[in-house]
Amino acid sequence: MTEMTYLRAISDGLRTEMRSDERVLLMGEDIGVFGGAFKVTDGFFDEFGASRVMDTPLAESAIIGTAIGAAVVGMRPVCEMQFADFVACGFDQLVNTAAKMYYRQDLPVNITVRLPSGGGFSGGPFHSQNPESWFMHAPGVKVVAPSTAEDAKGLIIASMRDPNPVVYMEHKHLYRRVKGEVPEGSYETPFRARVAREGEDLVVIAYGAMVHTALEATADLAGASVMVLDLRSLKPLDEEAILGAVRHCSKVVIVDEANETCAAGAQVAALIAEHAFEDLDGPVVRVATPDCPIPFSPPLEAAVLPSVDRVREACRQLIEY
Amino acid sequence: MATSSTEVPSGPTAPAGPAHLTPGDRVGLLRAMLLMRAVEARAMNLYRQGKVPGSFYDGFGQEAVSVGAAWAMSAADRLCVLHRDLGAHLVRGVDPATILSQYMGREAGVTGGRDGNVHFGDRRTGCVGMTSMLPDMMLVATGMAMAFKLRGEARCALTWFGDGSTSRGDFHEAMNWAGVQRLPVIFVLENNQFAYSTPTHLQYAVDPIERAAGYGFPGVSVDGNDAEAVFEATREARERAIAGGGPTLIEAVTMRMHGHGAHDDMKYVPKALVEEWRKKDPIDRQSARVAALGHDVDALREEVRAQVEQATEVALAGPMPDPATATDRVFHPRDGEEILLEDGAAPWSGFGATS
Repeated sequence: MTEMTYLRAISDGLRTEMRSDERVLLMGEDIGVFGGAFKVTDGFFDEFGASRVMDTPLAESAIIGTAIGAAVVGMRPVCEMQFADFVACGFDQLVNTAAKMYYRQDLPVNITVRLPSGGGFSGGPFHSQNPESWFMHAPGVKVVAPSTAEDAKGLIIASMRDPNPVVYMEHKHLYRRVKGEVPEGSYETPFRARVAREGEDLVVIAYGAMVHTALEATADLAGASVMVLDLRSLKPLDEEAILGAVRHCSKVVIVDEANETCAAGAQVAALIAEHAFEDLDGPVVRVATPDCPIPFSPPLEAAVLPSVDRVREACRQLIEY
Repeated sequence: MATSSTEVPSGPTAPAGPAHLTPGDRVGLLRAMLLMRAVEARAMNLYRQGKVPGSFYDGFGQEAVSVGAAWAMSAADRLCVLHRDLGAHLVRGVDPATILSQYMGREAGVTGGRDGNVHFGDRRTGCVGMTSMLPDMMLVATGMAMAFKLRGEARCALTWFGDGSTSRGDFHEAMNWAGVQRLPVIFVLENNQFAYSTPTHLQYAVDPIERAAGYGFPGVSVDGNDAEAVFEATREARERAIAGGGPTLIEAVTMRMHGHGAHDDMKYVPKALVEEWRKKDPIDRQSARVAALGHDVDALREEVRAQVEQATEVALAGPMPDPATATDRVFHPRDGEEILLEDGAAPWSGFGATS
């Protein structure tokens, strides 16, 4: 085990897989000599060369579209969108070409698309979004979102080995803020939920950066025992773990950093309403970013992103219900 | 910096055959075009009988573009095939009964009823099926070529696209990427004068062939109703690509002789224009050449007709897909076998095939 940041754990996972699988190819804007806008691929150019750590033209549709072509002839491309927001320019290739290729013609598309996502540092409307639910709604695409360094490495390796298109949500605000013990060598994290903390009275369901917000918000909640469930995989959703946690605790708060309407948490809430209604001792409570663009100025941004205080207050009210 | 294609014989009286085509190749080109037209004519008939769901789209009058270009591709090359290009699937070895089953949404169709029309690619023939956002496939082909170059393989990718596609961003992104990386990819612009009802003068201000120079590679305009000319332009482009010379844009100038789909009466197209192009029919042209070789064209037509009739019987006898399977196979299993594109048929004599 080695302690490293969430960001270094992503790098470690990419590097480990590239060393053992020559089919893995990294593609993106400024990822080569420069090492990427966030330095995830720092040093990769020297180790693997320009052909496997490819500085591409500034063209997201082309990055994903050419990755699809390379995949169906035997490569395993990993595409970096410089910011998750920019994937909108490559949306069509991902949801129409890649997602449906296997269903339509029995041809799996083994690509991983890395999306540096999330806000909290004045990135403004085009550098702060959490677009995971766009892809949850596209049949044929898997979506994962690690919250810890260990899972960041295990999930990027599992994504590269998955024969289907996988959108890998990496939260920018966790890059250097979160550290943890990371196993050496190669391992995979399953596309299943993880109990981040055991509890009895209430469960908070979250993923990505909101797992840390949930843990902090419920660390000391007037003696209440609060479970935190880290989804890790958004498509497929670990329905068994979600329903099991709700049955165990009977009260649930669902937290999304994404905009509220049709967010991942909305699907979780629907699942609970449909299959665990009889097990609930209170309303399903959601905390999410309201349906507005993510503003730039710190007080405005703080007013929309789910904070520790907002999550704590939601939990406190539900426990008292 | 558009260049014109090299001279190829343009009529039945050409004294010598083209340098790279044997008499067997020339008959093979005709046979594939006849088969494309016969399969599509039969499918249109099935559509009118209510046996083809949705609408029906064909490539009547454009047979030379797909057949001519596909004829120049090797077994290990990879192709992205569009909805006017049924001939490419036939050249690569897809069976007419499978194609007719595909049109009718039957289980034995290439996609098993999951997609319709020519929205298919049989991975066992090295072909990727189109999406309806047509220039998307320009990037897929560019990515295949990128992989070939990275691995040092002497292979090439080819994609067709239409005049309407030149307006989309993916056209630019693919042409730019392929130019920057000097990739072994061939872009075949099938200019059939109309994108649905929109004529080319509303699509672009500069002939797309002129744009190739802006991306740093040659553009070649050919008569898209001449299968041998399309073949020769593609053969040269492939030779250059394999030698490391980079991409080529080929504009095959042709005409969409039917509506966009069977539902489209095409009243927006001047009748005189259609009549003018009818005189340039690609099958008539190739038939005259083949007849001049002393080959019995009528017998060939009869052979193709009988093949399509038999294929129709097979297709009509096949079942519809089981509704219980509609949500199967959205994801490939994690522990499933690795599935990639496989080699297709490559009938050109230059690859050692005997027609």
